[in-house]
Amino acid sequence: MKHIEAIDVNAYYGDNHVLKSIDIAIKENTVTAFIGPSGCGKSTFLRTLNRMNDYIESFRLEGKILVEGNDIYKKKVNVEELRQKIGMVFQKPNPFPKSIFENVAYGLRIHGEKDKKKIEEVVEQSLVKAALWSEVKDQLKKSAFGLSGGQQQRLCIARTLAVEPSIILMDEPASALDPISTAKIEELINELKQNYTIIIVTHNMQQASRVSDRTAFFYMGELVEVGKTTDIFTNPSKKQTENYISGRFG
Amino acid sequence: MSNLKRNRRIDKGFKYVGIGCTLFGLLMLVIFIGNILIDGLQRIDWDFLTNLPSRKAEKSGILTAWTGTAWILALTAMIAIPLGVAAGIYLEEYGKKNRIAAMVEVNIANLAGVPSIIYGLLGLEVFGRLMNLGASLLAGAFTLAILILPILIVATREALKAVPNTLREASYAMGATKWQTIWHQILPAAGGGILTGIILSLSRAMGETAPLIVIGALAYVPFVPKSPMDEFTVLPMQIFNWVSRPQHEFLVNGAAAIIILLLITFIMNGIAVYLRNKWQKKITW
Repeated sequence: MKHIEAIDVNAYYGDNHVLKSIDIAIKENTVTAFIGPSGCGKSTFLRTLNRMNDYIESFRLEGKILVEGNDIYKKKVNVEELRQKIGMVFQKPNPFPKSIFENVAYGLRIHGEKDKKKIEEVVEQSLVKAALWSEVKDQLKKSAFGLSGGQQQRLCIARTLAVEPSIILMDEPASALDPISTAKIEELINELKQNYTIIIVTHNMQQASRVSDRTAFFYMGELVEVGKTTDIFTNPSKKQTENYISGRFG
Repeated sequence: MSNLKRNRRIDKGFKYVGIGCTLFGLLMLVIFIGNILIDGLQRIDWDFLTNLPSRKAEKSGILTAWTGTAWILALTAMIAIPLGVAAGIYLEEYGKKNRIAAMVEVNIANLAGVPSIIYGLLGLEVFGRLMNLGASLLAGAFTLAILILPILIVATREALKAVPNTLREASYAMGATKWQTIWHQILPAAGGGILTGIILSLSRAMGETAPLIVIGALAYVPFVPKSPMDEFTVLPMQIFNWVSRPQHEFLVNGAAAIIILLLITFIMNGIAVYLRNKWQKKITW
């Protein structure tokens, strides 16, 4: 089933044409990697999917983005509800300046959950799913800033899982982490894909080949090629993709 | 080589000039405070704080003045804090960043520099006459609130600007509305800065005399104000009144009242510094 579909998407920052007629379909419960050199538009495209670009005043989008068949840029769309369905993990771990518990409970609280028991339950489940529970279960009341970078990033993933999204967007989630933390995040992605549709932007080619089912290569605002990760990395159909993957530029 | 030597001499020279300038400023402050303390300290006792003003200097107290100051501070805070903080939040978080916004920003910064007597004239006309508040506490508080509003707005905006955008994004990405993000994340993170701004602007309001003279605050008030509509005096007015008299005893009273005013100001600024440091420790990005 097509979970996300972009149809002829063009995006602009002012006069700057940053996404050029992007067409892509993303299936349910798969991991898709967006690769490409800096400034190629992959992060911008990722952020159009949960409308995080709405806060940039000069940003403008044409075309359609369908999530579960609904155009998310229609006027009637409730952006808050959309973002509950489409979680996001950022490049730099950005936990809230609150306790570990409150970080995960935040999404529930803002969406009106009052039942203490329920909140405690969901917080535990989310931390378990994010493979963090055993490390933090005795210090839930402590500040999230006391955790290591890798733990903080898994906390951010737990926080996202708590509001039960079906899609998780990850914008270079491991680029600020050491190799061991990175491995943990990748492991986590592998587990999560059974229940979630995951899109990950990465600069790390090995990471893309390790974690993703499909890979999309962006260059200069265009989607050059998208296909099975094994095909893209072993037998790309476009010359540009091959050059990038073999490290001849970018 | 000689060039190097010369550069070092200039470097050293500037250091000593700088030390001299700093010492000059400190020296003036020490002389001023020392002078006031020598003159006024012996006059401060319980009676001085609890006596009404009187024609006889040795019986005179500052009860009406400090209660008036307390009233004015409380009322000014109640009016100015919601207005200033809300305006700051709107301008920083909601308002579009276009040319009009830039103009508003420059003008608010300019307003912070308008001489306070001008605010007094505005207060006299708008609050004293149009709103018929006369020379009451409420008229004074409104006037001072308008006076410190620009300072408060600027302080609030600066505090909000210091909150990193990653925090906003994190909250929005969870599906929080703008208001939820402001209330649960941004305000707690910016709270120290905003609180510091509030306290500093209130201590500025406390020291103001000119606008209150213009709206008609009295120098001699023989009763403690009981409601916001009462007439009043404040510490700086009382000081002004006493030091303008020829008798030496009243000058001593003035010095003693200055000590009290300084003490309150130092305490408020101290609290502001304490809060800022405490908040900074709590949140490290």
